[in-house]
Amino acid sequence: MNGSIHLWPEQASAYGSEVDHLVFAFTVLIVILSAPVFILIVVFAVKYRRGKPANRRHARNRNVWVEVSWSIIPFLALIGFYVWASDLFARLYHPPVDALEINVVAKQWMWKFEHPQGQGEINELHVPVGEPVKLTMASQDVIHSLFIPALRIKQDVVPGRYTGTWFTADKPGTYRLTCAEFCGADHSTMGGSFIVLSRADYAKWLAQSGTDMSLAAAGAALFRERGCSGCHGPAATVHAPSLAGLYGSPVPLQSGQVVIADDEYIRDSILLPQKQIAAGYPPIMPTFQNVLNEEDVLKLVAYIKSLRTTEATQ
Amino acid sequence: MTDTALPQPESSNFQNEGLSETGTERVSYLRAGHSLSSWLLTTDHKRIAILYLIAVTFFFFIGGTAAALIRLDLLTPQGDLLTNEGYNRAFTIHGVIMVWFFLIPSIPNTFGNFLIPLMIGAKDLAFPKLNLASWYIFMAGGLFTLFVLIAGGVDTGWTFYTPLSSMFAHGSVVLAAVAVFIAGFSSILTGLNFIVTIHKLRCPGMTWRRLPLFVWSIYATSIILVLATPVLAITLVLIAAERLFGLGIFDPALGGDPLLYQHLFWFYSHPAVYIMVLPALGVASELVAAAARKPIFGYQFVAGSSIAIAIIGFLVWGHHMFVAGQSMYASAVFSFLSLAVAVPSGIKVYNWTATLYKGHISLDPPFLFAMSFIGLFTVGGLTGLILAMLAIDVHVHDTYFVVAHFHYIMVGGTVSAFFGALNYWWPKMIGRTYSLVWGRLSAILIFLGFNLTFFPQFLLGYLGMPRRYHVYPPEFQLLHVFSTVGAGLLGVAYVMPFAYLYYSMRYGTPAGFNPWGATGLEWTVPSPPPKHNFETIPVVDSLPYQYDVELEEDHG
Repeated sequence: MNGSIHLWPEQASAYGSEVDHLVFAFTVLIVILSAPVFILIVVFAVKYRRGKPANRRHARNRNVWVEVSWSIIPFLALIGFYVWASDLFARLYHPPVDALEINVVAKQWMWKFEHPQGQGEINELHVPVGEPVKLTMASQDVIHSLFIPALRIKQDVVPGRYTGTWFTADKPGTYRLTCAEFCGADHSTMGGSFIVLSRADYAKWLAQSGTDMSLAAAGAALFRERGCSGCHGPAATVHAPSLAGLYGSPVPLQSGQVVIADDEYIRDSILLPQKQIAAGYPPIMPTFQNVLNEEDVLKLVAYIKSLRTTEATQ
Repeated sequence: MTDTALPQPESSNFQNEGLSETGTERVSYLRAGHSLSSWLLTTDHKRIAILYLIAVTFFFFIGGTAAALIRLDLLTPQGDLLTNEGYNRAFTIHGVIMVWFFLIPSIPNTFGNFLIPLMIGAKDLAFPKLNLASWYIFMAGGLFTLFVLIAGGVDTGWTFYTPLSSMFAHGSVVLAAVAVFIAGFSSILTGLNFIVTIHKLRCPGMTWRRLPLFVWSIYATSIILVLATPVLAITLVLIAAERLFGLGIFDPALGGDPLLYQHLFWFYSHPAVYIMVLPALGVASELVAAAARKPIFGYQFVAGSSIAIAIIGFLVWGHHMFVAGQSMYASAVFSFLSLAVAVPSGIKVYNWTATLYKGHISLDPPFLFAMSFIGLFTVGGLTGLILAMLAIDVHVHDTYFVVAHFHYIMVGGTVSAFFGALNYWWPKMIGRTYSLVWGRLSAILIFLGFNLTFFPQFLLGYLGMPRRYHVYPPEFQLLHVFSTVGAGLLGVAYVMPFAYLYYSMRYGTPAGFNPWGATGLEWTVPSPPPKHNFETIPVVDSLPYQYDVELEEDHG
């Protein structure tokens, strides 16, 4: 048995230490709110014990002002913390635009990570220190949840959609990475290591785990193999929308809505093509639901994203 | 209200071995028919309450056995006792049985059944046959569930999250859903019965402002039972439809949405938390008033807060989904509403404390349970606020912190109140007093055992130990060992009340009408009460908890 008790988890990001500050401050508040209850119950039980002489004159059975004040004042204090906690939480939804993008695919019972240059790893995630990292996550089967305690972040990975989170790790080291949403028989074994490397070490690691092609290039290959280019390519005869410059731009739909072509939109267009049909195009695209797995789709998304930049350079 | 009416010192209980039947007992509901069928076909609310008491006690020990397996298994990081699959089945049994077959029915169906007619001056509930029917439905659902869980094996946890439950899990998910679906009808019928009874059968003078607070809390609970349980039924039917017929409702591969399931499930299950805890809050109000021998401080606030909890409780379900992928704005709204629901709970706690001020406080067993209830409920409630804080929840969601939090509410709160109620009304139900020394000892041991079991889990949770983990990193072992040792103590302490209460049935001294010197109509009838409760329907002409002002002890 490991004899030492750890009372506080390691911490590897500025965000994590802000969460810790919030927890400390909030704990002080709830101690202040509850200490009178604990102390007074004991004091009254001793002082006014049945049969014990004590001054019991003028005991009151109600006092609306007292009651209103002990309803309202704690609530106002809570509102202050609510604003603090919600503000911190909202940051998780706004990753910096220049973040390093890493794809995550969860399945029973492993984590797969894919770096932009095509390096893939299983149950280990290597990231550079001090650089924002944005995770785009997909599940191949049931709901999982990526939990990195040292960063104080957690995000469910839900089949049928992309979820995401981001962080900037600021302390090199090896930390735990684990699944927090019950996902079946071997749920408790679905974990691994979160490894924060110095920038030099990260570059070295990328080079060592070299790969033939980047995610976007792998996506381009799939784009040809799976016949996507037959309709969406420049020489196509079928009337299909061109994908160059699509990513991040507004797409008018047949329903009259206009959506922004983000990762989720591209994923849905490949797997559920009838869900959102681009205005002016016939709904003839077949689904690739049973043909492509989540990793393939993420590669295609990376490829379509890359068309944005090639467009800009042309 | 004199000292002679108080329970005799416990030593006399042991000397009067095998007291013969008293005159009161001969004409009581307990002796109105001795055959098995006179119990199994009874429509007397008091007998049905006893049937429920036996049933929920049985399920409590089944759920407790599963908990014991879990805690023993977690003694070592690698989990030597069970397989991964076996562990998952054990916590599924524990959750399903404890939630639906102990916590939800425990206080309303036993004490609500027994006490509501007595407290409002009625001869029975509005629909006595429906009451019996709901016990049979409950038993059918319960035994079927138990059979499915043990024979078939279900490994999804009590939450049945899709698509794990609908497409991937092994075992008999559909059968388990059917069983819980059946049990839900028992909840609905009981809730309906209570609502009608409280509206229509109050005796003359028993106005809403004179209702005992326990009745208020059962009324609030019944509203939730009737409104929320159908949503659970719908959800379970949809799961079965997806699993059996492949209809795409929750499974994205079929075009469904897994988050829809979570919304539906928690739309029932969060109000269900209040089904479990509101009756306990009502018990605490009764016990605190009786312990202090004073009116509850701020009756209106305490009664109104039960209704407020029932209403706001319907609007906070999304706080289970802060990291599930729901919109950030939805999370912000649910976080705010979750703080709002803490206000009425806080009112209760502060008002109970104020009630004790200048009281005549008794530390007999029921009141010790009530005070430990207040303490543990307060810890549970305040850690609930921690979980309602968005940025903190992201870290502690689905960890042992959550496990500790809801056990403080459910076990520290509801189970303590259940034992408090059992100790308080036992002399009324059975007509005999029990050993106060054993009662106090078990109240204290339950409090200590509980804290030793669950406090370390707050630390485990913040350290990052996820829930539903069969194997875990070795650095968490020491805290798990504390927790298991505490669970052992808790297990022993939970058996004690059943032992001394059972003993009292035979050897306890007759209780008299009012052994605690309490107010309330239930204490104006003999113990145990006669079959039809009241010889003449009482007339109420004063507020509840009108204890005589006793100033003779003053020296000020």
